[in-house]
Amino acid sequence: MTRDEAFTQFLLRMGDNTLILGHRVSEWCGHAPVLEEDIALANTALDLIGQTQMWLGLAGEVQGEGKSADDIAFLRDVWDFRNLLLVEVPNGDFGRTLMRQCLFDAWHSIQLGHLMKSSDERVAAIAAKASKEVAYHLERSADTVVGLGDGTEESHRRMQEALDYLWPYVGEMFQSDDVDAEMVKAGIAPDPASLRADFDALIGRILTEATLTIPDSAFGHKGGRTGKMHTEHLGHLLTQMQWLQRAYPGAKW
Amino acid sequence: MKNEWPLWEIFIRGQHGMSHRHVGSLHAPDAEMAIKNARDVYTRRNEGVSIWVVEANHIAASSPGDKGPLYEPSESKVYRHPTFFDIPEEVGAM
Repeated sequence: MTRDEAFTQFLLRMGDNTLILGHRVSEWCGHAPVLEEDIALANTALDLIGQTQMWLGLAGEVQGEGKSADDIAFLRDVWDFRNLLLVEVPNGDFGRTLMRQCLFDAWHSIQLGHLMKSSDERVAAIAAKASKEVAYHLERSADTVVGLGDGTEESHRRMQEALDYLWPYVGEMFQSDDVDAEMVKAGIAPDPASLRADFDALIGRILTEATLTIPDSAFGHKGGRTGKMHTEHLGHLLTQMQWLQRAYPGAKW
Repeated sequence: MKNEWPLWEIFIRGQHGMSHRHVGSLHAPDAEMAIKNARDVYTRRNEGVSIWVVEANHIAASSPGDKGPLYEPSESKVYRHPTFFDIPEEVGAM
């Protein structure tokens, strides 16, 4: 694996996370429990899609095969995606969606903090822009997790169920492989494993305030960011997201 | 038990505006969330630099029925309007 091949993989991981989560969050548009949350979720989804354009655009550039961000987003199949499994699982109820958002935002904010110091200035520039958006995403999702976790009996129960369901998907964020080793060597990105302590401290504070209990299990699903194995949900998501470009290749408006 | 979140009135100071202006209302469980919701509902097109939120039931309002006694007496008192003076430019907006 050359430096550029590893770099491309890294950029796909960043861009596929924001693309797939952005699509998932956009599924709430018109369906959120209240108008205010509906608009807030749509804003979050749009931020994530905007970040996708930057990450996948750079991925196309580094890859050097003349592919645009759109080509990469709409013309790959499941096995080529490099997102965390966490972001492709179905939304579930509103509580689970916000719990997933909070877990992702916590990791994302820490990751972007490191990427702002990347040796590659294009990566640093994208991270600087995205980190302002993500700081707000985290503030909002953490507030909602605390509000619902430390809320009524029913909201507490649902949030604990959401955490129990999603926690096994957290470990994948911190698994390092050859791609990461290459990125660390080049000074482009931090070692994922090195983010764990900051993440545990941050998410621990939020979940304690939310009166929720982190499951006592080290079991973790994996395979998304390496592309080895996605859940069955990603294919269904892609059929929705990609059908227009698949049915009418090259369609524009 | 009341399940509906309270109503908040939202005031936003625009990029170049000098005072906060009422832009609308929304529902939120508390003041902090009201500010966040206002940010998402009313500033997504870069409209503001500052947000105030006030719970609607804390606003005391005049009654439309009192319109006569409240406002009509001033209609006939043109001498209260400072239209007879030239305002120097240095004063700026008033």
